[in-house]
Amino acid sequence: MFPPAPNPPVKPVPEKFGDKDLIRKSASTITPASPRQVEVAKLIDVSKCIGCKACQAACLEWNNLHEEIGTFNGSYTNPPDLTPASLTLMRFTEWVNPETDNLEWLIRKDGCMHCEDPGCLKACPAPGAIVQYSNGIVDFVHDNCIGCGYCVKGCPFNIPRISKVDNKAYKCTLCSDRIAVGQWPACAKACPTQAIVFGTKDEMKKWADGRITDLKSRGYRNAGLYDPPGVGGTHVMYVLQHADKPEIYAGLPNNPTISPIVEIWKGATKYFGFAVIGFAAVAGVFHHLVAGPNKVSAEDEENAEKLAGGDRP
Amino acid sequence: MSKPYDVETGDAVHKGHPIVVDRYTLAARINHWITAISLILLALSGMALFSPKLYFLTALFGGGQLTRAIHPWIGVVLFFSFAGLFFRFWKANLWKSEDGTWLRRIRDVLAGHEERLPELGKYNAGQKFVFWGMSALILVLICSGFVVWDQYFYAFTTIEQKRIAILVHALAAIAIICVWIVHVYAAIWVRGTIGAMTRGQVTGGWAWRHHRKWLRELVRPRPGTPAE
Ligand code: HEM
Ligand code: SF4
Ligand code: SF4
Repeated sequence: MFPPAPNPPVKPVPEKFGDKDLIRKSASTITPASPRQVEVAKLIDVSKCIGCKACQAACLEWNNLHEEIGTFNGSYTNPPDLTPASLTLMRFTEWVNPETDNLEWLIRKDGCMHCEDPGCLKACPAPGAIVQYSNGIVDFVHDNCIGCGYCVKGCPFNIPRISKVDNKAYKCTLCSDRIAVGQWPACAKACPTQAIVFGTKDEMKKWADGRITDLKSRGYRNAGLYDPPGVGGTHVMYVLQHADKPEIYAGLPNNPTISPIVEIWKGATKYFGFAVIGFAAVAGVFHHLVAGPNKVSAEDEENAEKLAGGDRP
Repeated sequence: MSKPYDVETGDAVHKGHPIVVDRYTLAARINHWITAISLILLALSGMALFSPKLYFLTALFGGGQLTRAIHPWIGVVLFFSFAGLFFRFWKANLWKSEDGTWLRRIRDVLAGHEERLPELGKYNAGQKFVFWGMSALILVLICSGFVVWDQYFYAFTTIEQKRIAILVHALAAIAIICVWIVHVYAAIWVRGTIGAMTRGQVTGGWAWRHHRKWLRELVRPRPGTPAE
């Protein structure tokens, strides 16, 4: 068993990280905090999850969020998608393993992956609305958010949701407020099977190795860790029984990267835009300096008068 | 014979010193300035989100949230206002053979050698380019704009479609700002033009120099048109 989640401190403790530990800030150029704090990670072991949704309930409770009462639509996945209130969601998939013909119930806890290279942050136009701490946590700062939805387009995992109430973007914070005072995220604390554990990224990888060896010894040949390199690795990782086919877990992307369209939009387009607009303006000024104003001459006026003169009263 | 293609309602010549030519009716001018103001406000609010360096422009609109919310609505105003201009002006902007000649002599145009250019109707090829360019780009901007107007239309498109739309929107915005620069520059460079959109009038000399065919059509008494 992994060492259990610590209990809350009884005396106030200083925050472990804050504004001085930022390595990225949306729409801003900052000097990344150095040295970096040790990177943290949450490990979600899908093979251990029993689908009890204690994590989903704990998330609502800790963040004081209230999901609307929905309707049943034939699945345990409830609500049917992430919402501004449901920052995490258990997604249930019934999958028939073609090799064994067994029905496998795949239950994946969906939510923000806390990418090392976050597409949401890259896309965000509002200074400081998305920040990344040196321990790897990607957090939304709602005071700065303008509700444009660019983060939704930037995210390779389809995570952020814009609230209809206050027009701001919401997603899992990794419980940055709890981690700052040495606690595990609320979901990890609530999980009865330790399918969710929390620690440094290195610890989590090591712990995952043990789990993967165990799964392999029990016939899951393709068991593995989901820490996608396309986004620089993530600070929420999965242990998957079938890591060769992440898509079977309710569409978990296989080798996600920030969309090339987003890269072009947020990269080349900005330089190109300023270059051509600047060129057009400079060309105008330059032309005027060289060619001078195009003036109507006295002769033009006379010609016009002559033309109009004869045939009309 | 009916009205020539490029003579619009209200176009008329008044004799005097100098001759004064009516080019735009009051309604057309109001229509133009609503469009112009919308376009400028759209460029400012859009550019504020386009680059962090211009984010300060959101202050003009009362902050980021308001900028984000108001931009698409101004876009709707622009669309309908421009549609008004489109139906007023499209006929006079149809392509004519002299436009090809004018374009081939673009060097003379830029050098201000009007005497080497063909006689032109109400608009030259440059003005027609601005007209059709604006028309096409506004269509692209409103369509792509609706795709990324998440507040009301989020559910209608996929995220991948929204990614393409926002890229197209940004590129079309760059293009229309360039067309706008050409438009404004031309109005400043060619002296005597701005009056057409403020007072609605130009001088006879201006019309003679730049749009002689149009001027000839205006002074020619037309059968079926009562003399003034
Ligand atoms: C014609 C109707 C238009 C509609 C419905 C529309 C809608 C939108 C929407 C929804 C956005 C996303 C931000 C937001 O929600 O405010 C946006 C961004 C933007 N718009 Fe428009 N827009 C229109 C016209 C224009 C025009 C005429 C221009 C330029 C003169 C323009 C320039 C921009 C720019 C530069 C952005 C930011 C793109 C980026 O962040 O890369 N828009 N527009
Ligand atoms: S919705 Fe908010 S967080 Fe998302 S990109 Fe826009 S300003 Fe940034
Ligand atoms: S999963 Fe999406 S929202 Fe979370 S950090 Fe990565 S890009 Fe941002």
